[in-house]
Amino acid sequence: MPTQETDHISYQRSFYVEGGNFNYAGTVSTSIKSILKQMDLPNDVVRKSALVSYESEINIVSYARKGVIKLSIYSDIIQIEAIDEGPGIPNIELAMQEGYSTATQQIREMGFGAGMGLYNIKSFSDKFDISSEVGKGTYLKMIINKFSSR
Amino acid sequence: MDIETIVKKLNLKVRCAAANLKKTVSGGYTGDLLSDVMAKSHEGDIWITRQVHQNIVAVASLKDHAGIILVNSCEPAPDTLERAIQENIPIMVSEMNAFELTGKIFHLLTTKD
Repeated sequence: MPTQETDHISYQRSFYVEGGNFNYAGTVSTSIKSILKQMDLPNDVVRKSALVSYESEINIVSYARKGVIKLSIYSDIIQIEAIDEGPGIPNIELAMQEGYSTATQQIREMGFGAGMGLYNIKSFSDKFDISSEVGKGTYLKMIINKFSSR
Repeated sequence: MDIETIVKKLNLKVRCAAANLKKTVSGGYTGDLLSDVMAKSHEGDIWITRQVHQNIVAVASLKDHAGIILVNSCEPAPDTLERAIQENIPIMVSEMNAFELTGKIFHLLTTKD
């Protein structure tokens, strides 16, 4: 859904993310980064978008059965949505806290699950929305302003 | 300072992307928590870590790191190497631990040659 009704979409692509498969973790965000890089966007905008994509992708791989990351580019903003089918988040406020994590030991040993993912997503997004239904899945919407950084 | 100079001065073993060692190292970051590295490291950093699995390549590539150095003589996993070759990201191995190596690189980067 566009944030501004007058804003028209110039590019849209969805990427499938498989839950539990760390072998491909990071490939979607790498693709998103290279797409944005080719569009001559400011470096900072590319980096922020890459970071929020990466953290969302890792969250799907770590916790969900499967998910989709949808990149939509409007004239002034980049919108990244992460929609997964998974356990959902019972307490979003708690999940947003830096350091809080429900990751397994195995995930932590790989250097994930430090409880920084959602926190980082929020701090690197210009606008961030989250909703979740226990037993169904989680929806994240991240907006990065194209011309926010100088 | 480029990666090649650091490799020579600190006797690092280059495991891949040996043709890509002319990249300038503008700083460094040490850490094993991938989200921390994602959030706090910068473009051009040399990343010092103990993680050897293939996800380190995605992080280094997303953050435009100059390269990765594995500490304590830890070797990259085979699929890590494969991916790093694809992405042309140099991976080096050091016998030093993270503390020692970080200190030495910090010294190299902050001392005028």
